[in-house]
Amino acid sequence: MTTFSNLLQNSFLEVPEKTSIILQNAGQADTPITFRQLILGANRYALTLVREGIKPGEVVLLILQHGEDLTFSFWGTVLHGAIPAIMPFLTEKLSPEKYRADLASLISITKPTAIIASPEFEAEARSALIPGNPVRTVILTNNIEPESNPDFNSLNGMKASPQDIVLLQHSSGTTGLQKGVALSHHAVLNQLETYSQAIQLDPEKDVVVSWLPLYHDMGLIACFLLPVLMRVTLVEMSPFDWVRAPYRLLQSVSQYKGTLTWLPNFAFNFCANKIRERNLEDVDLSSWRAIINCSEPVHAESHQLFAQKFSAFGLRSHTLQTCYAMAENVFGVAQSRLDQSPVVDEIDREIFMTQRLATPPTAGRPGMKMMSSGQSLANTKIRIVDENGNDLPERVMGEIKVQSDCMLTEYYNRPDATEAAIKNGWYLTGDYGYTANGELYVSGRKKDMIIVGGKNVYPQDLEALANEVPGVHAGRTVAFGIYDEEAGTEEVVIIAEVDSEEPSEQEVIADAIRKHVTKSSAIALRHVKVVGEKWIVKTSSGKTARSANKEKFIREFNS
Amino acid sequence: MTTETISTLAKFIAEKILKQPNKVITADEALISSGLIDSFSLMDLALFIEDTFNVRIEDTELNAQTFDNLTQLAQLIASRQ
Repeated sequence: MTTFSNLLQNSFLEVPEKTSIILQNAGQADTPITFRQLILGANRYALTLVREGIKPGEVVLLILQHGEDLTFSFWGTVLHGAIPAIMPFLTEKLSPEKYRADLASLISITKPTAIIASPEFEAEARSALIPGNPVRTVILTNNIEPESNPDFNSLNGMKASPQDIVLLQHSSGTTGLQKGVALSHHAVLNQLETYSQAIQLDPEKDVVVSWLPLYHDMGLIACFLLPVLMRVTLVEMSPFDWVRAPYRLLQSVSQYKGTLTWLPNFAFNFCANKIRERNLEDVDLSSWRAIINCSEPVHAESHQLFAQKFSAFGLRSHTLQTCYAMAENVFGVAQSRLDQSPVVDEIDREIFMTQRLATPPTAGRPGMKMMSSGQSLANTKIRIVDENGNDLPERVMGEIKVQSDCMLTEYYNRPDATEAAIKNGWYLTGDYGYTANGELYVSGRKKDMIIVGGKNVYPQDLEALANEVPGVHAGRTVAFGIYDEEAGTEEVVIIAEVDSEEPSEQEVIADAIRKHVTKSSAIALRHVKVVGEKWIVKTSSGKTARSANKEKFIREFNS
Repeated sequence: MTTETISTLAKFIAEKILKQPNKVITADEALISSGLIDSFSLMDLALFIEDTFNVRIEDTELNAQTFDNLTQLAQLIASRQ
């Protein structure tokens, strides 16, 4: 078994001139980086970590935008044998106070000893340097050791064992930042090997094109580690550029003959609805062999929209695929077969809702189209269980649990969370689904997580923020997601109880909630509903019942 | 002209982006830096401006440095008409 650093060394020796990454930024020329340049750049950061006295096995927090520095510092931390964790960058709309609070809470659990940041971010990063804090140094990207030939014998990463933790993966928000998924070399490399087989990865011919941020598991694993470690060329654009100009993704695929892309479901709708033909002149999408829909519930309608819009530009049939993935299994759990379109299973809606059985619709009754997330990867076992942990037969809906040789080592420094999630070597996903003919259909969530545009959002974080707004009753807020068909993703709803019955005063409070939550979480709220006393449904133990409130909201306001 | 542009933009943002038709958006209210218009909706705004005023706003200009309120946006539109 090998490690990340061994693979980097091999690439340095065997394919130094092959293009590893092409970085794209709107308004600038593309920057190609060869494997040699990648490792030379990484080595500068590894030497800087030595200079700063950072020890192997310590966590290094990377707070950087898409670009060369993020790329080099990530691999440099690996070459040094330290553990990189990428944290989302502070955006202009997020309040600095809230960002600082989130950073402090991540630091208190993850205990990084260094932060790597850009000079513009120095003040924010330095706010973490308080006495008693584990962070010993803030390394700025303009103060990095000069380039020199890597001396692999002295790089600490070369001494790492496959069982060592190689990186941490956090999801967003206060709750997500407190749960870092710790992954070993062994786990990541097992995943990459198995997943590569499932998609028949060909390093000679494949080109990955991505706009996904690297603090997201799909961005980090499928669209960064997979191409770099498997020696596939990666074309990487900034998420900020893509969201303002989604056609850039298609132009890049055409320009670089891209073959593989991973997208959350909403991006299929976003591209289909927002791209104008005039931006697609001479665009040829025939090189694309798989666009893999992953990280939020998959919808056949989203694929149809995308295919209808882009088949005129050479998009081949069977290109749109699905995957079921989670950071706790490194990435993929199931993957659709690339030689055919994902299986669509039409089931009886009412029988599914009331009896949890996925049966074909009886004549004249409403059906529901379920798109398969594919078949389990060769190294991953899937079981569907009831609330007592008993196995359920095919076509019966239950909780999905997973076991593999690529599971997380732990939630970093969180034995409580690790113990709650892993039982007898099986990871309880908190997702509901069923299997049929070897295909996995994911149908919902046991956990209250909201997934917006592929990003996991914990409702308790949003509720806590809404509670901070003056006029809102303490503890009387509820947040949940409702699926928006046009957007192809969930939209966030917040309901808050207030004293005032005055509509104008209620509107002022609703506005204040919208502003405060957006500013503190960078999550845009679609509906903010201010209601009178006792509207919110609580359980007998006083906890907020999110699903009951969601049903009530849909009944009263959204039908 | 500018006031007309501002009210057309305000109406579009309130109705189509925020889905709160009754919301009053003042001419100097921060739109982007405040998070009122999220990044996914900026594109809708750019496409609306193109269709309504026959003026192109490049995607690289969709940020708070180029415009952050309706007055600035209306000036930008006027300067290109």
